[in-house]
Amino acid sequence: MKRTNLTAGLPLVLLLALVFFVAREVLGSLEIINYYWQLILDQSLIITTAAIGLSIIYGFAGQFSLGHAAFFGLGAYTAGLISKLWGHGNYGVFLLSLVAGAALAGAVAFLIGLPILRLRSDYLGIATMGFGIIVKVLMDNSNKWITATGGATGMTGVPQIAKFPVIFSVFLLAVLLARNLRLSSFGRAWTAVREDEVAADAMGVDPTRVKTLAFVLGCALAGVAGALYAHRYPIVHPSSFDFLKSFDFLIIVVLGGLGSMSGTIVTGVGWVFLLEVLRAVLGQSFLDFRGVIYALTLVLVVILRPKGLLSGMEWQALIPRRVPEGNPPAKGETPNVSA
Amino acid sequence: MIEAINQVLNGLQLGLVYALIALGYTMVYGIIRLINFAHGDVFMVGAFIAFISTVNWHLPFYIAVPLSMLICAALGVIIERLAYRPLRYAARIAALISAIGVSLLIEYGGSLKFVFGPNYRVVPQPFSVVQWDLSGISVSNIQVIVLVTVVILLAGLQYLVARTKTGKAMRAVSFDHDAARLMGINVDAIISYTFALGSALAAAGGVLYSVAYPQINPFMGIMPGLKAFTAAVLGGIGSIPGAMLGALIMGQVDVLSAAYISSQLRDAIAFTILILVLLVKPSGLLGKTGPEKV
Repeated sequence: MKRTNLTAGLPLVLLLALVFFVAREVLGSLEIINYYWQLILDQSLIITTAAIGLSIIYGFAGQFSLGHAAFFGLGAYTAGLISKLWGHGNYGVFLLSLVAGAALAGAVAFLIGLPILRLRSDYLGIATMGFGIIVKVLMDNSNKWITATGGATGMTGVPQIAKFPVIFSVFLLAVLLARNLRLSSFGRAWTAVREDEVAADAMGVDPTRVKTLAFVLGCALAGVAGALYAHRYPIVHPSSFDFLKSFDFLIIVVLGGLGSMSGTIVTGVGWVFLLEVLRAVLGQSFLDFRGVIYALTLVLVVILRPKGLLSGMEWQALIPRRVPEGNPPAKGETPNVSA
Repeated sequence: MIEAINQVLNGLQLGLVYALIALGYTMVYGIIRLINFAHGDVFMVGAFIAFISTVNWHLPFYIAVPLSMLICAALGVIIERLAYRPLRYAARIAALISAIGVSLLIEYGGSLKFVFGPNYRVVPQPFSVVQWDLSGISVSNIQVIVLVTVVILLAGLQYLVARTKTGKAMRAVSFDHDAARLMGINVDAIISYTFALGSALAAAGGVLYSVAYPQINPFMGIMPGLKAFTAAVLGGIGSIPGAMLGALIMGQVDVLSAAYISSQLRDAIAFTILILVLLVKPSGLLGKTGPEKV
């Protein structure tokens, strides 16, 4: 029986994280990263954290979800409400609200996932998209039940206390969680279900259990990312969580290369920065072209690299190695996911 | 009661427009298994071309409609050729992402000032609206025109698909690409033909929609597109009668839930029904349950 050595590569990841963190602190104190770019950096980390959630659901376990932004939004609203009503800037309540955001998104994912995860590929995508639209409509009308959410005008007044260190820590935790889970027995079961559900079932893997776990975990990550979002951006608005935003997460995961976590991280951060760099480069008079360039980039990238930018590639430190010795290091797997 | 009948008639009008869009979704899905997210935007372009050709070029309405259908048919073929054909043998998710990209491209491209512009435009009525009062039940000439146009187009489509040689080839390709190719069918040409047909129908739908609900903007295709797509899934995606049935149901759900339950919650109601139907019968109301490919 081979065992997975989870600590291999871990020091490297942590070292890199530390280097990144210190570099950010230095550049920040030198004002090279100003307020605006810090905002974008935080946003990119928040979005990538949620995208790692979708990477678990779709990239690892092969479950096509088009409703990821709904769970991101559920986390944002839950945590935002808790902080707004009872927190008043209290850091303990803030941390508690992060947990609550993740828990609520995960719980809703469990309830909706149990019935709909029986559906396959496109049908699952359509059902999750429908669910996302339902959630968005409910957010639009939520002020009828809870006034503080503001309904269609959006929720303001959430204390803005999520700073870079906590955002980065959550991001790092998400990366490590996904990395370690992938080669745990659950991770192997995900791969099995993704490649062939019937065969996995025949080998004694319980597909429902495995798929539900991936869905709940992935959505909980979206929830915690949403919770951070609510504490970093002054307005929590239903339109930030509609099905077009779900497409953003899907685009990040697919363009990164399905099943490649390095790919998800690179495209997640890159995608957010691309949009902002375009804003800076194009200037006011050409701002209208931003959407066009964004869309063209998307089509061109997917035509030139249909499997994603980093498909089949993985930064070695993100793959816990198998022992005993003598085994070649695990190669990045080439996922064979049909949508 | 009479109020309810009037609402059902409104629902019928909306459902007929949805049917025109849903057919394009279902034919394309049937033939290349792609959710063509750009289809709702072709619908938008159709509405805009009719608007521009009547308002700016002063063409009569009965020329503007076929012109718009023709241009959109060409647009559909171009989209398929440039954005989907290169990905035909890649994983299906790649074509889906490409479709999302094309959809955004048409929306943002259309919002550019020298294309359609970002603002809402009010569509002038191509003919004066006449309301007939049949003992309380009110019927407008727009409803009649929508009904007649849709019935003619659907009859035409039914003829093309069921009675012509090309239609037979379409059905063959949707059944099995490779076997169809072995029978001497030009698969690429048939796929282009399918996109042309679907896009032309969507354009007609766009024009009718803009006559019935006279306000257009470059993002107007998103919700009707989604609803029509939902209708196609509801009826059984890949099935032409299914798409029509699903669209008629979706039109009623939309109008009746807005009238009697809550206009804010109507989208939520429509998609709740979709999820429930999927759970009970994933292949849709009239869809065939094919063996799952493993």
